[in-house]
Amino acid sequence: MAEIFAYIKHANGVADDSALELIVAAKKIAPDASVTAVVTGTGADLDTICNEMATVYNAVWKIDNAALAYPNAEVIRKALVNILPGDSIVLLPHDTFGMDLGPGLSIKMDSTFAADIVDIEGVDGGTLKIVRQEFSGMASAHVTCDIAGGAVLNIRPGVFQADENKYGGDVVDKSGDAGDLSTKRTFLEVVEAEAGDVDITKSEILVSVGRGIEDEDNVEIVFDLAKAMGADVACSRPIVDAKWLEKSRQVGTSGQTVKPKVYLAMGISGSFQHLGGIKGNPFIVAVNKNMKAPIFQVADVGIEADILEFIPELTEAIEGL
Amino acid sequence: MEILVCVKRVPDTSENEIDINSDGNDIERDDLVYSVNEWDNYAVEEAIQIVDKVGGSVTVVTVGDDESEEVLRREMAMGANNGLLLTDDAFEGSDGKGIATILKGAVEKGNYDLIMTGAQADDGAAQVGGMLAAMMDYPYASLVNLIETGDGKLKVGREIEGGNQEMNEIELPCVLSIQTGINEPRYVGIRGIRKVASVEIPELGVADLGLDAGAIGAGAAKVKRLDYFVPDTGEGAEMLTGSTEEIIAKLVEYLKAKGGLK
Repeated sequence: MAEIFAYIKHANGVADDSALELIVAAKKIAPDASVTAVVTGTGADLDTICNEMATVYNAVWKIDNAALAYPNAEVIRKALVNILPGDSIVLLPHDTFGMDLGPGLSIKMDSTFAADIVDIEGVDGGTLKIVRQEFSGMASAHVTCDIAGGAVLNIRPGVFQADENKYGGDVVDKSGDAGDLSTKRTFLEVVEAEAGDVDITKSEILVSVGRGIEDEDNVEIVFDLAKAMGADVACSRPIVDAKWLEKSRQVGTSGQTVKPKVYLAMGISGSFQHLGGIKGNPFIVAVNKNMKAPIFQVADVGIEADILEFIPELTEAIEGL
Repeated sequence: MEILVCVKRVPDTSENEIDINSDGNDIERDDLVYSVNEWDNYAVEEAIQIVDKVGGSVTVVTVGDDESEEVLRREMAMGANNGLLLTDDAFEGSDGKGIATILKGAVEKGNYDLIMTGAQADDGAAQVGGMLAAMMDYPYASLVNLIETGDGKLKVGREIEGGNQEMNEIELPCVLSIQTGINEPRYVGIRGIRKVASVEIPELGVADLGLDAGAIGAGAAKVKRLDYFVPDTGEGAEMLTGSTEEIIAKLVEYLKAKGGLK
């Protein structure tokens, strides 16, 4: 079995949630494998993360370089290609960073790439059997990956729950092996999201609307329902893409993370990116005319209906209470 | 600027319920509505807008069969200047790396400054653009939601977590994967499609692209789908049934109990 590495995402001295999830995924590939955390960055924050990971992982490889101060995937790719053994199995989170890094890394390491892994069934010889989802989560698939020559495996955030196992190991400084880190893509700055007129991260009740609303003119009925309930209006990505609602109302990994008591998902299919923005285990009601919509797998209560007909009736009923 | 946009014909998940066939080896494809991958539309729109501003041409390319030609024509009706259909029996069963290898053949036959893909497609892998860039030794940026043109380089915004945007400078030639919402793709009417109905779309196969047949197709694929299945997701939602009045009455009781009404 080749060596297994997990890339540790971190910012401002805090490790990303995926840091503790990737080792759980790695041990599902090979329970007895030594799993090495790879941590890149510079300065005191880097040492903080390395020391923290040394209590969890079997080993930590630290790569300290000023060029790695911001996690530019193109720069990190060069460092990893220079440092990791050719047949390594590299685990990344399948998020905006892992999507940026993983595919190209697999080409440069001449290894196999598998994206958005939601489960790992095990290894037979040089073949890894995994579970993925296709068609917006409406179909699951067993997939085999030939990992004999190494692999880059992008793991969906949140599916492998961090556990209490702590293996522990030493921090090894690999900074000297990073090599040439010049790239043709330069990081400039992070532009912070603009605040909107409503802060949905503070809302206790959210009526969240998705593609099922069909037309901009229909969005009004969602506000009517929210008003009747004393709720705020949120939405999924397609509504913001269509510019029917402002970005500050978007729930999801690329939008806001909300923690309401009650969440009404109206005409929202429930992509994992959307669900990733709902925390705190709210009571979820899903209304959708497509019974295959993944939202029904996570909702507490589901209703098969066209929201254009259902919402006005619900509003009227609540107004009449 | 010479721009190549890679597009794909996919089942439209907003129009279809996806069912798995009885053998579990595919989805039920009869009666499926196909369309161009949603992300790709944004990429084509962005390419057209760039060319409108700085000149050049937009070529759309896809790997597929005869039926894939319809998505090329649709994007040409939007305003793409040329179409390229990469088709060969030997492409069948290619994994993401195989598709990227085929596209590399097309890239090398042209002289493109900028190559764009949608950020992801129906398989949700988000992989082909990054692979193609690495194969070409071009810089890559994924999930791009802003492009500003410059001299020999671009300023691009990437969508990152929390609604934030990561700004980068990237040298040309490069590969960008485009996120939805970067623009508002123009509407294509039936008349627009009719206008490009007779435009010839070149078809290129293994030999035309100078590909090594051993690097593509099912034989070269290291990632293979075994089956489709319905996962055991536990209980799932409690489905409320009955008349609309009954459903609403039950729902209102739940909302009261859970603090969903103020």
